Amino acid sequence: MKKSTFFGAFAAAAMAVGFATAGTLDDVKAKGFLQCGVNTGLTGFATADANGNWDGFDIAVCRAVAAAVLGDPKAVKFTPTTTKSRFTALASGEVDMLSRNTTWTFSRDVDLKFTFAGINYYDGQGFMVPKELGVSSARQLDGATICIQTGTTTELNLADFFRVNNISYEPVPIETNAEAQAQYLARSCDVYTTDASGLAATRATFEDPSAHVVLPEIISKEPLGPLVRHGDNQWGDIVRWTLNALIAAEELGITSANISEMSSAPTSNPEINRMMGTEGSLGEMLGLSADFAKNAIAAGGNYGEIFERYVGENTPLGLSRGLNAQWTDGGLLYSPPFR
Amino acid sequence: MSSKSAPVQGGFRFSQLIYDTRYRSNTIQTVALIALMALIWWLVNNTLTNLEASGKGLGFSFLTETSGYDINQHLLEYDARDSHLRASLIGVLNTLLLAFMGCVTATIVGVFVGVLRLSKNWLIARIMTVYIEMFRNIPVLLWILIVFGVMIEIMPTPRDFRGDNPAASMMLFDSVAITNRGIYIPEPLFSRPIGDVSFFPKSSMRFDVSLELVAFLIALGAGIFASGRLKRRADRIQNETGDRPTTWWQRTVCVVVLPVLVLIACGFHLGYPELKGFNFQGGTYMRNSLIALWLALSLYTAAFIAEIVRAGIMAISKGQTEASLALGISPGRTMSLVVLPQALRVIIPPLISHYLNLTKNSSLAIAVGYMDITGTLMGITLNVTGREIETVLLVMLIYLSISLSISAVMNVYNNRVKLVER
Repeated sequence: MKKSTFFGAFAAAAMAVGFATAGTLDDVKAKGFLQCGVNTGLTGFATADANGNWDGFDIAVCRAVAAAVLGDPKAVKFTPTTTKSRFTALASGEVDMLSRNTTWTFSRDVDLKFTFAGINYYDGQGFMVPKELGVSSARQLDGATICIQTGTTTELNLADFFRVNNISYEPVPIETNAEAQAQYLARSCDVYTTDASGLAATRATFEDPSAHVVLPEIISKEPLGPLVRHGDNQWGDIVRWTLNALIAAEELGITSANISEMSSAPTSNPEINRMMGTEGSLGEMLGLSADFAKNAIAAGGNYGEIFERYVGENTPLGLSRGLNAQWTDGGLLYSPPFR
Repeated sequence: MSSKSAPVQGGFRFSQLIYDTRYRSNTIQTVALIALMALIWWLVNNTLTNLEASGKGLGFSFLTETSGYDINQHLLEYDARDSHLRASLIGVLNTLLLAFMGCVTATIVGVFVGVLRLSKNWLIARIMTVYIEMFRNIPVLLWILIVFGVMIEIMPTPRDFRGDNPAASMMLFDSVAITNRGIYIPEPLFSRPIGDVSFFPKSSMRFDVSLELVAFLIALGAGIFASGRLKRRADRIQNETGDRPTTWWQRTVCVVVLPVLVLIACGFHLGYPELKGFNFQGGTYMRNSLIALWLALSLYTAAFIAEIVRAGIMAISKGQTEASLALGISPGRTMSLVVLPQALRVIIPPLISHYLNLTKNSSLAIAVGYMDITGTLMGITLNVTGREIETVLLVMLIYLSISLSISAVMNVYNNRVKLVER
């Protein structure tokens, strides 16, 4: 009874405001939280502590979106998904968005009907081997046993790479990163292959990380980013421009330290003003509040801060910015203008 | 007599469908059937409509697309340029291989354990009880993981075989290598091969049949046939004269000599595994995943089969055994000639369902990375193509066909051993 009254009131409210369709944005607002599909556990990118609090590079994107939409970075519920379950979870509406180091590919975009909202990490598939094997190039891996996480683009890249180089290998398909680690450490496989960031994350958890090397070959392009379902363009735009806000904030020098100062009054830079909502009406165009970008950035800082906190050079992962630097620093990060 | 109701006069009335006991059950069944069909129709229609709405119509054309992934254990020739259909076929064969190896081993172990559990030897009977209770009461997935974990952690790596003073060495005159990646055993090779015959070349179902194998099987079949003739002749002489001629060496010669001659003619020799590069090369490679699954599934199922066998034996009245022993027949022959043939008719029907269980449990293979049909079609193919409904439907259909085939074969056998009733 109570529920139906609530729905009735909600439907009336929705009609009064004049929404054409009950999209994901309305669902999220009605629920009061964002349901975000994430990795089951990958150091630096998505990890849950003993109390069930999630943290990490991919998690930060979820929190930024929650902050932009609901004004509260904590209003997120996380659904851990495996490589196999992630697309089903998103397509069925079980999660509102997926932020789970997922590679943007043609068939996922076009055939599986997802919309990639951008790229938050430029990655590529690499190989990790124990140092004592004395291997210095992936081309020396003829006949090696290779552990692969199944259900990813990894196994397809691997098949291509070995076919092109005309060398043989023995693939060992494995369901999760943890099992792959166990097999690799027991030397049941000679090589572990996955995205280079994933390799760094895995190696960081080893007892002696220095005994393992990541080979120089990067055999694929793996642009990782958050994605949403096809068909709800407004929601796609929200996720896309939240991510862009984080990237643009770094470029414009907005940090978690100076954001309250920058958003309290108009600054001399009009683009910052438009982002902060002190000028123009970008937030309303998205169907959000004027300060959506401010909330998103305040949630965990700009892109650079998030990168340094979770995966940067001072973390166990020790990843350098590389391709993930701003375009002004020779990287590939390039947010379209907020205008 | 007068209480007997008079037959209903006049035409059929609709109320009779409910109030007349002659029609009522039909009415109820018809209504229930219509309701059931409506429910199924609604489910199917709902699925199709929703698939259409999400832009993914039901379609199986993805099966002919290039799969793009490699499969480590392929019984037929396969590479990443083959189609998803071919990859599924490889997966089905891997499932069948595992199911076949498992069923055979489980039956042998199960019969032995079942018989031994009835042994008068206290220690043996207790050990078998412990084995049965251990395996029967722990989920099979745990057994698979335990066997696999023990294999990869305890067995030596291929690197341990290297160097002047290696930590591990090959067994049986350097012919078998046991590593944590699996077991390498010698493979049969032919220096004067006859050749292969290709079936359905260039299609997804293509396969080659080695003529050496065909020749070997024909020779073996002929040998077994000749041996059967000898046995029947011996039976006839025994029935006529009471003396059974000695046939064991003639029969052995029949079964062994012909196939061996074929092998020699083809230049049979063994190819031994050798450590080259990262792994052993040559020989037949039984992967750790296959061994773990095979051992775990067969030992697990064997525990159930042992109980069925025990029940079957205990179902045979003790008088039968006593009568047989009184006739001076040895306990071993009593078991094989008197008790087991009768016990079989109790054993076979539940045995069928355990074969089916083993086959279905083989779908746990993905836990250790064995590429069966769940790993190929419902695993990587599903992921690459995103066709969940279609792949799951196909896999269900495949398991259903495999199970029904096993049932059919076992039912034929059951009809042969069951008690002939008049």
